[in-house]
Formats: sequence, structure tokens, C-alpha cells
Amino acid sequence: MPAPIETSVHIDAPVEVVWRTVSEPDQVVRWFADEIDLRATPGYEGSMTFHPDAGGTVLVPITVETVEPPRRFTYRWGHPAGTAADPGNSTLVEFTLTPEDGGTRLRVVETGHDDLGWPRDQQDAYVDDHNDGWTTHLGRLEQLLARRSADATR
Amino acid sequence: MDDEQLWAAVAEPGRRRVLDALVALGEATPTVLAREVPFTRQAVSKHLAVLLEAGVVAQRRDGREVRYTVRPERLEAAVRAMSAAAARWDARLQAIKRLAEAER
Repeated sequence: MPAPIETSVHIDAPVEVVWRTVSEPDQVVRWFADEIDLRATPGYEGSMTFHPDAGGTVLVPITVETVEPPRRFTYRWGHPAGTAADPGNSTLVEFTLTPEDGGTRLRVVETGHDDLGWPRDQQDAYVDDHNDGWTTHLGRLEQLLARRSADATR
Repeated sequence: MDDEQLWAAVAEPGRRRVLDALVALGEATPTVLAREVPFTRQAVSKHLAVLLEAGVVAQRRDGREVRYTVRPERLEAAVRAMSAAAARWDARLQAIKRLAEAER
């Protein structure tokens, strides 16, 4: 599914190993947050804590949505602390693990807020039907911006 | 509004469609935009309200109509925020790759 942010990597390790790296708290602190309160259980409400170089502490709430070991792990994050995550106040992060050439293709997709509160599958169907990919959009937007700045300096 | 909020406003797939249609049209009312995307005018108006809040579009009143335009400098900032978020994910995936391959 084309999405606003979609990237993937081939990993020379079995899906079960990659799954643990993506979903187990003692692994996740090694590539993501400085501290993490996370359990790979649907509905689990935890948090990630970052200590930026600039100083201070940033705490980001996280709510686990889908846990299908070892293939699919999704959560919402960025909703205000103390409120329930929903499509209108948080972004959705989706990890998908697929066996590939004796290793694993790990794909991550992050999608922005949906302030209209559509059901997710309806949105996905819509995007599948109508979207030619954010990359294309970005390309078009960048062309437009280049054209506008060229016009402005003319 | 910080970059995270800016990108969240632009990264929603439906809103991206509305923004894309507005980019193509230059200036448009919600009614005209609704002909370009498979949403109702009401849904288009809600998307525009979020984009307006994020500063990515501007509005002006023209008689009884409200017309919207894209603000290129804010759109550019949104595109940059998106690219930065994508780069962060790339870096994280590389870190996951190193960890998983080391454990193997």
C-alpha cells in the first residue's frame, strides 16, 4: 500500500529474530527509545521516553493495536498523555515481516492523523483505489514548488 | 506548530488527496474540490480546516464563497518534515538490521 512514509530493508536473519528485535522491550531500547514501557499485547498502553541531545525528556504515549507474531506488529503513538489513542489524535506505525531470500523483508509504514475518524479498512481501500503513492505526490509538489520559485524570481 | 504536527496534518491519505487537488487547481472552493476527490463537500471542508490549522493552506472570502490556496513555503516545510521522518525510519531500520544480523 503506498503510504506517506513507507520504507523497508532486507535483513539477513529469520523473521522470528527480526520479530523479537521489533517487539521486545529490551531489544527496542537498542534501536529506538532510551526507555520503553511496551508489551506486545493488543491494547497495551505504554510509553517511549527519549533524552534528546539538546537536553530534557520527551515522553511519547504508545498504544499497541495488532500483534500477529512473527508477521505484523502495529501501534499508535503521539496521542496526548492520559487520552485513548484513536485515528484522530495519533499516527499509526505498521511493521510487516515477510520471508525473503532466506532472510526477512522488514517494512514500516507510518500514517498521519485522520481527523474524520473513518474506519481504517475503508481508508485503506480508498488509498488502494486512488493513490499512486506519496512519492509521486512529493515529486509533483516539489515540481510545483520549483516552478513557483522560478516564477517568483522571473 | 512543530514539524511533527505539520507532518501529521499532511500525512493523512485523504487529506493528501485534497491537498494534491488544490495544488493542481491553484485556488478552489470546497465545492469545486469535492468534484476532484471522492469525498463529500463536508468531508473536504473538514480536511481543509485541518490544513488551515497547520498553515498549509490559506483562505479568502469572495462574496458568499470561501476560496483556498496552498501556501508553498508551509507546504515545503511539510515536505521537509515528511522527509526527515522517513530518514529517521530508515536509520531505525538500519539499526534493527544490525541488531538482528548480529544475533543470528
